[in-house]
Amino acid sequence: MLEVQDLVAGYGAMPVLRGVSLNVGAGEVVAVLGANGVGKTTLNRALSGLIRAERGSIRFEGEAIERLDPAGIVARGLIHVPEGRKIFPNMTVRENLELGAYRRARANRSRNLEQAFTTFPRLREREAQLAGTLSGGEQQMLAIGRGLMAEPKLLILDEPSLGLSPLLVEELFALIANIAAQGLAVMLVEQNVVQSLELAARAYVLANGEVALSGEANVLARDPELEKTYLGM
Amino acid sequence: MLKFDIFLSALANGLLTGAVYALIALGLTLIYGVLHIINFAHGATLTLAMFAVFVAHQAFGLDPYIAVFILTPLFFVLGYALQRFVITPASHGDDGNILLVTLGISIIIENALLAVFRSDTRSIDVPYGFSVMEIGPLFLSTPKVIAFVATLGVAGLLWLLLARSDTGKAIRAVAKEKTGASLCGIDVAHVYAVTFGIGTACLAIAACLLMPTFLVNPRVGNAFVLVAFTIVVLGGMGSIGGALAGGLIIGVVESLSGLYFGESLGQIGIFLIFLVVLLFRPTGLFGAKA
Ligand SMILES: Nc1ncnc2c1ncn2[C@@H]1O[C@H](COP(=O)(O)OP(=O)(O)OP(=O)(O)O)[C@@H](O)[C@H]1O
Ligand SMILES: [Mg+2]
Repeated sequence: MLEVQDLVAGYGAMPVLRGVSLNVGAGEVVAVLGANGVGKTTLNRALSGLIRAERGSIRFEGEAIERLDPAGIVARGLIHVPEGRKIFPNMTVRENLELGAYRRARANRSRNLEQAFTTFPRLREREAQLAGTLSGGEQQMLAIGRGLMAEPKLLILDEPSLGLSPLLVEELFALIANIAAQGLAVMLVEQNVVQSLELAARAYVLANGEVALSGEANVLARDPELEKTYLGM
Repeated sequence: MLKFDIFLSALANGLLTGAVYALIALGLTLIYGVLHIINFAHGATLTLAMFAVFVAHQAFGLDPYIAVFILTPLFFVLGYALQRFVITPASHGDDGNILLVTLGISIIIENALLAVFRSDTRSIDVPYGFSVMEIGPLFLSTPKVIAFVATLGVAGLLWLLLARSDTGKAIRAVAKEKTGASLCGIDVAHVYAVTFGIGTACLAIAACLLMPTFLVNPRVGNAFVLVAFTIVVLGGMGSIGGALAGGLIIGVVESLSGLYFGESLGQIGIFLIFLVVLLFRPTGLFGAKA
């Protein structure tokens, strides 16, 4: 579904990613782990067209997408729920969700809105509330809900558990498991190593701008190298 | 009783003038609120629009109230193209450059107008230019009443567009959260250009409403835009309602201080109010709290 080959990307002279290769299969949950500042968010930004890949290729369902703009990538069903949520604080919960279907799945907007409210009952209660006044957890639910409104084929979640209480993290991971169980491919970027590896089938660990370690999640979870590579920075 | 009538008439005239100020400020505040830039070409573009009304009348015999239906879409396209194909490429994503580019555009427009029309002041003759309406105890200039009603209509339409339409929602989304908007598949560059186009189209409408009672020369826009800047700050940068209320307030203040302190001191009242409001509400009357 997603095939990344030798991806080089960054912000100017020194690339952050120096040849990253990874892939995500249809319906698969893949975790991407790595220390702070290693380039996980940069990878997501390159995949969704927010920054240009300097070299390498990104293929989505067999089609090269590294030259497309974000709108074109969204249109193809690769949906990125960004780090820091990036919801629209000045708009209501409902408007935020509706905008999730701006480029894609617009015809099914009202059906999917109902679906999102069923998935996140707390959002339904706050339908008319301004998104900026939601709690952190609710904002994260909204960001994911907005992503789901586009009927993604692959959903990239960048640190969805950031800033949530342990209880809420638990709830969130259960929810992601639920979404994945419906056959959606998920690329999960996380600091929560243990929980991510429980959820994912496979994982990649980034270090020094490259994939340092990869494999089955349950194998990686027991790998002593993981801690070393992962915390080694 | 007579005194009260004079007061009432000054009040009404202030509201009427203020409406056109508001319309000009509306475009400015919309562009600021979404693109976070101050468009220094706003004044020159207004002048250009007023000359366009003048030419439409002199060369083609078009009444301003008919020309408005041609000039508004035309200026929308002009604004769209300016933003997308001149301002953005020329500023390389740097906000400081955008200021300089819009300043450059205003200089080019002003000088082009000077070259073509000289610095003479011109006006158009329309049969209803001096007609008045009797409303209660007041006699009000018909074109000014029309301008007032039209401005309220335009502000209402703009509000509807922003609140209800998908394009309007995309504009509001981009205003506060560009990255989030991109990730919803909203074309941010297009939304920027559309917003700039709408702001520019407001000037064409303002020009058509002004010309029946006003005159035009290559520098006329600046005076209006100086007042419009005040209104934008007063109303709260980026606030549509603020621009409307601010415009009406400024119009009234100008008119009343003109009445009580004399014509030439009318503008002093504006800046007094401006200072007092900013002292007590630094984000403007309707601005979000910092
Ligand atoms: N807009 C930017 N301009 C310049 N450098 C940037 C920019 N954004 C990120 N960087 C740098 O790129 C590197 C990778 O950042 P990135 O956000 O991808 O890390 P990350 O793996 O997502 O970290 P975290 O786990 O803290 O979210 C960092 O050194 C960061 O300082
Ligand atoms: Mg990150």
